[in-house]
Amino acid sequence: MNARAARNVSWFSWIVIVIGAIYFLAPLVGTFAYSLTALRDQLSFAAYQRAFADPKFVESFVYSNLLAVATIIASVLLIVPTTYWVHLYLPKLRPVVEAISLLPFVIPAITLVFGYIRVYSRPVDVLGIDLIPPLLSTSASTNIVLVAGYTVLSMPYMYRAVDNGLRAIDVRRLTEAAQSLGAGWGTILFRVILPNLRTALLSGALLTFAIVVGELTLATFLGIPAFGPYLQQLGQHKAYEPSALTIVSFLLTWVAMVLISFVTRGDTRSAAGTH
Amino acid sequence: MAFVELHQVQKNFATATAVENFNLDVERGEFVSFLGPSGCGKTTTLRMIAGFEVPSSGTIRLNGADVTNLPPNKRNVGMVFQSYALFPNMTVAENIAFGMTVARKPKEEITKRVDEMLRLIHLPQLGNRYPYQLSGGQQQRVALARALAIQPQVLLLDEPLSALDAKIRVSLRQEIRAIQRTLGITTIYVTHDQEEAMSLSDRIVVMSNGRMEQVGTPFEIYNFPKTQFVASFVGTLNQLQARVSDAASGKLDVEGQTIYAAKPFEKMTGETVAIALRPEMIDLDGSGESEENHLQGTVEDTTFLGSIVRTRVRLRDSIISFDTFNNPNLTLPRASEKITMSFPRDAVLILEQNAAPVQA
Amino acid sequence: MAQTAVVTKSGAAFTLPRVRTIFITWLGVIPFFAFAFLFLLLPSSSLFIESFQDTQGNFTLANIVGLFDEPIRSGYIASIEISAFTALVGGIFGFLLAYAVTLGGLPKWVRSSYVTFSGVASNFAGVPLAFAFVAVLGRTGAITALFKNVGINLYDIGFNLYDFWGLSLVYLFFQFPLMLLIMIPSLEGLKPEWREAAANLGATQFEYWRRVAFPILLPSLLGTMILLFGNAFGAYATAFALTGGRLNLVTIQIGAQIRGDVLHNPNLGFAMALGMVFIMFVCIIGYTLLQRQTERWLR
Repeated sequence: MNARAARNVSWFSWIVIVIGAIYFLAPLVGTFAYSLTALRDQLSFAAYQRAFADPKFVESFVYSNLLAVATIIASVLLIVPTTYWVHLYLPKLRPVVEAISLLPFVIPAITLVFGYIRVYSRPVDVLGIDLIPPLLSTSASTNIVLVAGYTVLSMPYMYRAVDNGLRAIDVRRLTEAAQSLGAGWGTILFRVILPNLRTALLSGALLTFAIVVGELTLATFLGIPAFGPYLQQLGQHKAYEPSALTIVSFLLTWVAMVLISFVTRGDTRSAAGTH
Repeated sequence: MAFVELHQVQKNFATATAVENFNLDVERGEFVSFLGPSGCGKTTTLRMIAGFEVPSSGTIRLNGADVTNLPPNKRNVGMVFQSYALFPNMTVAENIAFGMTVARKPKEEITKRVDEMLRLIHLPQLGNRYPYQLSGGQQQRVALARALAIQPQVLLLDEPLSALDAKIRVSLRQEIRAIQRTLGITTIYVTHDQEEAMSLSDRIVVMSNGRMEQVGTPFEIYNFPKTQFVASFVGTLNQLQARVSDAASGKLDVEGQTIYAAKPFEKMTGETVAIALRPEMIDLDGSGESEENHLQGTVEDTTFLGSIVRTRVRLRDSIISFDTFNNPNLTLPRASEKITMSFPRDAVLILEQNAAPVQA
Repeated sequence: MAQTAVVTKSGAAFTLPRVRTIFITWLGVIPFFAFAFLFLLLPSSSLFIESFQDTQGNFTLANIVGLFDEPIRSGYIASIEISAFTALVGGIFGFLLAYAVTLGGLPKWVRSSYVTFSGVASNFAGVPLAFAFVAVLGRTGAITALFKNVGINLYDIGFNLYDFWGLSLVYLFFQFPLMLLIMIPSLEGLKPEWREAAANLGATQFEYWRRVAFPILLPSLLGTMILLFGNAFGAYATAFALTGGRLNLVTIQIGAQIRGDVLHNPNLGFAMALGMVFIMFVCIIGYTLLQRQTERWLR
């Protein structure tokens, strides 16, 4: 490429980049500016103070974080042993597990929660026996359904992260090497496999966190007082506090993504989420 | 006037000089190789001829026309890449036709030429395949056909065989040479494999650290290396340090033993010179002609290499190896046996000292 | 005792009696399949079955046929329109962004900050995203106010954040980044040798793009745009938080149906959800096939 063509390309690129930056930054900068104007004639963090002071905010925010932690634990416990097992003993099953883990892409959250309400509002009966009680009839068991739902939503990311991680380290040979040195199951899983999956698990967990805190659809329809529904309610009758919390949400997502790009050293696909 | 002329060509990158003071005339129809280790500037020089790099100074002429600053798509130079670089979205036939398609040649002409090219590379039935359906060797032949289809003034090949298996490498090498001979196309070939360069080229340019070390026919390069670098890079020369006992009569002292070079040389008596001995020029205890050189040493070991047997002999500090042709009645010298080696005076090559460190 | 090796290839790892082996081998995946059955397959298959039943539980196709009646029909059309529009615009501009940060000859920090930001933005959807746009382009938003100060009332000249175009503008906030993140590896997969080979054979920069680079990128370009389509099609939270259910999208309609059987026919509601799954399924199949084509080429 000659020098003049290179200059033209870079001019064009700069224009695209600047338009993109304006589009992306305007809502954030605008929201931030707006959130500072809660008091008349002066800039202040009053909106943030008021938002944080609301006991319902604290409650719902803590609740959502607990849900996120529960989801991360559930999906790690579900995905890691299964994926490891499949790699080691049932490689033929891998396409099946992979297909299932991608199913949540096909089933939008709104239809998923629709299905949950349909199935778990009444007992699940098999051949006339009530196998599972109506989970949505108590708030405790509703939480189980919600965490399960979040686990489903995070499954594609978690599975892909763990599967890539296991493929990268050749689990079979590592396991055999550990066994030949006399290691037992616990030692293999906790001292050999998990440390090698640290990056995969961390990025999967952070992405799960970003998805769960602030999630609206499942929480709303299952009637859980999580942060998403709270924020949505708040928007109905307050002006400045929602802006403040929007900025907070953005910062949280941003921290999660920076951590991901830090642990994965910039693999672009690992951070791509869909809704 | 030569067909390809490189005059005082220099290429500086931000941190280093890749090529300096490069002068070369390539005649029409000639096959020239650039030979050297990776990073010696051979590929950069080739890319300057193709137009992918612009020289920092100097001129490049093709068929008399100055192309130094001409963009690559105006040069009509065919290039074959190490990684084949076939367009994955096109069939073999479409790949070969690409140059003519962008030149808006008539359809019939393109079809005719593509068929011709497919026959030339002996893949007449593979026109409708895609690159991913071909083996590496087949892909590289298609890349060759694609480069030749535009009837380029010069054909450039950048390590075209280094991604292939040893066996295919040899057969494709012969095919490239045959095609080049048939078409009589001026060809410049970049390689780090001295055997490849020897077997293909009319002339070889040996390069190191961005500089030309020596230019010559394979015969000249192999038999009369000028520098330590060339001697060590081409073949398996024995390199020794010698002290000049008498420059006028070519008398040298090698670790306490005396040998003679065939010609007097321009060095001061008492100076140290680098000399080289070819393994295949040395005999085990020759007939004792007075014109021959003799060196005594202790056998270190012998290695059976098929058609030849290589023996390594220790002088005082250095080790010399020499080759004997295999035959079933051969008696090999045993380890730690004391032997005398003999070789003609003209087997002693006096090398120029290298400024740059020599790679083994 | 019959012994059998569980691990093959490079020798036996654990040697167990045959029957126990098979049992234990499958035991390891039971939790996963049980979970997938309970929280993925059972709910979706129940939607599937109910879609083909009337209120008495008899088989019928009426619900599927009913999807083509109002108001469901126009809901699907609106959802498809907004998804197609944002996929197209998001795809084109997202591709230009990806091109600019990879091959545009810009400093490295531009690429890394865009990639990190895109990771954030593609995950920053739902309520906060809607609020951010309301804060700047709502009736009292910052930019709206800015325009008012210079005498232009955006809402008088036809702009409305709460209609089709407004929601599209909001959706693009997560569409661009997703396109960018998926296209960067494809663009970086274009080998410099292809460009050089094309130039060497006489092609101009334009011809290289027209005949080589663009055709190579086309499957992944189309595939990713299909993914964007699905991404917008399934979105509920953003649309709901922005318009409060005024916009007639399929997801909004399903939400209303869950809240209180607005269709007065639960089975028709299930069919509506099934229709969504069907469209998403087609999207994923299309994406996978196109992606496979690219992978074959770029191997």
